[in-house]
Amino acid sequence: MISELLINAFLVTIMLSIAIALIKTRTVIFTVILTSAYSLVAALMFITLDAVDVAFTEASVGAGISTILFLAAMAYLPKKEEESISSEVIPALSCIILGGILIWCSFDLPEIGQLTAPIHQHIAPEYIRGSKEDIGIPNIVTSVLASYRGYDTFGETIVVFTAGVAVLALLEKKNTTKKNKSQPKQEIRKNA
Amino acid sequence: MHNNPILRISTKILFAPIILFGLYVQFHGDFGPGGGFQAGVIVASAFILYSLVFGIEAGKKLFPPNVNLILLALGGIVYGGVGIVSMILGDEFLAYNILGSSPQSGQHIGILLVEFGVGLTVSNVMIALFNAFASYDKVKEK
Repeated sequence: MISELLINAFLVTIMLSIAIALIKTRTVIFTVILTSAYSLVAALMFITLDAVDVAFTEASVGAGISTILFLAAMAYLPKKEEESISSEVIPALSCIILGGILIWCSFDLPEIGQLTAPIHQHIAPEYIRGSKEDIGIPNIVTSVLASYRGYDTFGETIVVFTAGVAVLALLEKKNTTKKNKSQPKQEIRKNA
Repeated sequence: MHNNPILRISTKILFAPIILFGLYVQFHGDFGPGGGFQAGVIVASAFILYSLVFGIEAGKKLFPPNVNLILLALGGIVYGGVGIVSMILGDEFLAYNILGSSPQSGQHIGILLVEFGVGLTVSNVMIALFNAFASYDKVKEK
């Protein structure tokens, strides 16, 4: 119990310091790398909650591939963020108020892992029992994801597909039109 | 990056094990943590690593973009196809019980195929996104 508390406190401290560093930094590459580090710590948090599948996804998608994609997209951005000119009082105030409300609400949450919590009463027991009998797979997460909630996962796959196709359509189109226009320019640059 | 021997050799050493790990995560998802989403990202990261170190053109030679686009769509088709097949066999859309000799083996086959479809789409979307960003022409609008 005490060790769990220590680990959580340690992770939260790292997360907080990363968040503060994120506010302070104005260099885009540091922002991307700090976001990646934040995801990695979040993955560790998920492991302490015994949500290994979520941790795995967070580590591979959040800390891994999205960092690479951000870095690839970053090449088209200016190196530094612009200094904001508007006042920072109102955003800070709204963050503090919202954070305060969330912390206040969190006192009403049931304890983590408590069996009588509403979330463990609804349909979860059926899935936990059924996963062994109906599906015969030890990993309940997979049986919920792919079988019980197959429709949702189908939707997710289509969302990933659509997002990919949309980005491709946007970038490819610009690519060809710009290439045609800038053909002579590129040659000049090569010669120079 | 193209001339750094440490990066080149470690990429060559790491490439196959990363894909092997991706396949393990993909097909061991029934028994341990993992599944299509994570495996797709891991397999994609191997190809992206190759493109990062050896250049985008070499990466496109290794994994041609037209194959990439076909596989990108094929993942969704595999997933939907499992649902359609289970409908043709006389059950509901994405009800896997009918796919095997017993309900449990049907579920096994269905989940394996469905996860494979997810992995295919996710990995190819990631590779396509990286290729699109990396080969996007930067023309200064002045």
